[in-house]
Amino acid sequence: MRYAETGFNLEIDLSSGNIEREATDSKLTELHLGGLGTNAKILWDRVPPEIEPFSPENLLIFGAGLLAGTPAPGANRTIISTISPQTKLMAYSMMGGFFAPELKYAGYDKIIFRGKSPTLVYVYINNDKVEIRDARYLAGKGAIETAELIKQELKEPNAQVAAIGLAGENRVFTASIEQGRSSSSRLGVGAVMGDKKLKAVVVRGTKDINLARPAEFLELSKGVLDYIKVRADNPVPGVMTILQGLGSPQEMLHVDEKWHTENFSWGNARTRRKDFWNPEIETKWKTVQEHARTRLVSCYNCPMKCGAIISLPGMSTYMMKCFSKLTYTMAAFVDDLDFGFRIAQRATEYGVDGFSTPQIMAFAFELREAGILTEQDFAGCPTDNEGKFYWLLDRIVRREGIGDILADGVYWAARKIGKGAEAFDHNTIKKHEQLPLKLGMLNPVYFLMYATGEKINITQIEGQFPQAPFPTMEERENFIKDWIQVPDEKFKQYLLGWEVRGDHSNPYYPTVDMSVDIVDWQEKMHYIDDALGVCAGLSSFPLKPPYHVHNYPKFISSGAGIEMDETKLAQIYKRNRNLIRAINVRRGLRRVDEKPPEDHWRKRFPELEDQLLDAYYRFKGWDKQGIPTKKTLQDLELAGVGDDLEQRGVIKNE
Amino acid sequence: MKKVKTIKIDVDKCNGCRACEVICSAFHSNPRYSSNNPARSRIRMVRDPLRDVYLPVYAGEYTAAECMGRDKYVLDGKEYSECDFCRASCPSRGFFKEPDSGLPLKCDMCEDEPTGKPLCVQWCLNNALTYEEREEEVEEDEKPGDAETGLEALVNKYGLEKIKDTVERFGHKQDIKT
Repeated sequence: MRYAETGFNLEIDLSSGNIEREATDSKLTELHLGGLGTNAKILWDRVPPEIEPFSPENLLIFGAGLLAGTPAPGANRTIISTISPQTKLMAYSMMGGFFAPELKYAGYDKIIFRGKSPTLVYVYINNDKVEIRDARYLAGKGAIETAELIKQELKEPNAQVAAIGLAGENRVFTASIEQGRSSSSRLGVGAVMGDKKLKAVVVRGTKDINLARPAEFLELSKGVLDYIKVRADNPVPGVMTILQGLGSPQEMLHVDEKWHTENFSWGNARTRRKDFWNPEIETKWKTVQEHARTRLVSCYNCPMKCGAIISLPGMSTYMMKCFSKLTYTMAAFVDDLDFGFRIAQRATEYGVDGFSTPQIMAFAFELREAGILTEQDFAGCPTDNEGKFYWLLDRIVRREGIGDILADGVYWAARKIGKGAEAFDHNTIKKHEQLPLKLGMLNPVYFLMYATGEKINITQIEGQFPQAPFPTMEERENFIKDWIQVPDEKFKQYLLGWEVRGDHSNPYYPTVDMSVDIVDWQEKMHYIDDALGVCAGLSSFPLKPPYHVHNYPKFISSGAGIEMDETKLAQIYKRNRNLIRAINVRRGLRRVDEKPPEDHWRKRFPELEDQLLDAYYRFKGWDKQGIPTKKTLQDLELAGVGDDLEQRGVIKNE
Repeated sequence: MKKVKTIKIDVDKCNGCRACEVICSAFHSNPRYSSNNPARSRIRMVRDPLRDVYLPVYAGEYTAAECMGRDKYVLDGKEYSECDFCRASCPSRGFFKEPDSGLPLKCDMCEDEPTGKPLCVQWCLNNALTYEEREEEVEEDEKPGDAETGLEALVNKYGLEKIKDTVERFGHKQDIKT
């Protein structure tokens, strides 16, 4: 018997309509765990670098994490992997919610889509019964609306639905896959789904998920719940409110947005408004948010409340999480939060990434101001800030006029538009829009994470180590007292020595070697979470989380029945990290791409940045270009990957 | 008086996570915790997020016949069917039944759990479910009370001696019969 996982994948060929239920090799679980790890293995094996994102041969994989659906709190993530139309690299965009557990209860660990359907369809999985069904009547419908209509059609209110909106159907590069309170938003996974003419995936399951050593697993899970209670009663002192607790930033709960509105940039990641927040704004925003928010909600089997049901007069209800209440508001320079909640409703139904899309629009309006885009491009566009954004969102999602060019994202649009538009593309890394955050002094740890992260999104890379030093030694000593999560005591010393000013401050402290260590730890946590399907909000993202390198091996042993210890788990992390790197270097990723935006920090240190990259690559066992060496791959039981890279000339003769 | 185990359900505190379903089905699996499956749970979430419906309901008695209940309730502007609140494992719907055998499920308040507290309550960190023990008057205690009241009325009407005689004659009749 297989434990924690089901041992079966669904293979669905949308071109031929062929559906297969395939037993998986348990050895792969031992090598890669599940979720992101085994998704990467499939992409490496089956999608060679010649395959374009919109080719029928590109795969779209919905992978449940190894622990998803078990009683481990917060184990509910679906990892969606494909080749991104925006970056042309591997995309792994993830969502919480209720989809992955339902898929496991239906008896599958993954759904692997290939091919392209001739007409718009949806796939309905009800335990052993799997059907490809007509979705033509859903063409153009919103993502949330689609889910409701399908549940009515099937008379299955308990089904979980992941759907695309109009943006996905039109292959907008920032198209998301929406699923209730969650979405898989980054890197255009919704565009690939639309290209395959797949409107929705619907799952209902009523089977068991088994555990290898139940009593032990339950004890560990209870321990996580107990620790969540401890952390709720003990917010981390000395850091900003949203970093004090667990979960993703509690944007639906908290109303105080002084930090975001004054430290993040408005418009096209351009303008800091350092005196934006005042009592009048605070009162107004509080009223708006409390009026809009019906209830705080969670994902499957998680006590946190990171999302909210948003209901405002004159529009249909939707659910929101995290930061998207501010992304449109700030990109459009609108001071009324009501706009943020309202435009996000339309954007959610359209199914677009709430981080990238507002930046594309702000970028377009900058180009108009600079005379690079013309009034003709904006014929019919309203003049007020709110109206402008609604108008342009509609054009982008429908790929109409200038919207067709902008729908490919800032990087590609800038190159298509030309006439100097490239200079306004100042906030992308690897062709992907980043958080609108522009800072003063280079932070060496953040430099490395921004530069090298395969996720290409800082919030999915950072987390375990404080973002800034504590001013006093007393605060630092206090912080490390109950810091049980550190994989090694040396991290406590790193933090103790980190000063706000002087020799032991940014950018030269943490030192190059310390920075590499810190980044490696943060990455490790994310890679393990993403293979297990545990939410980063209870693990890699917040300070002092309930899951860490010390209890994870026990979860894996008692849950999946795979004997695990910290060393073995570290090895699996390295294997998955290198495999994803291999997929991307095979697709052309090189050192030159690993660069945070020029203006990310005001003070830059080219020599130090080179040293940091060198040290990071060396630590990983990669060459100067960031390519894993044959030896590194061999040591990780990835010799075949090394051979392939060598045959293709990616690895030069060593 | 006897101790009654109850759960207070505060639907306003529910975050809709379904941890109650996960842990209920795990606790009742055999061996204990060896598997979980919300379809086997003895608590189920009636859940419709877009209408803000979050209603945990516990499995009650099995009933052989379906009822006539098709009414609607509107509470706080939200519509519920009569069926939503019903605890019965009944022929007209699929829940509160084992998904494979169709055998009825019923909440037993996790009676062998060493802490005495049902698992769903322990796993609900948002306190939507609260365990409460209540003292409740038991029906057996009420019956003698009723008899006493009835006798008192008869004594008042016919006098104590007459009633005593009558009761004695009843006793003899019973003896003869048996």
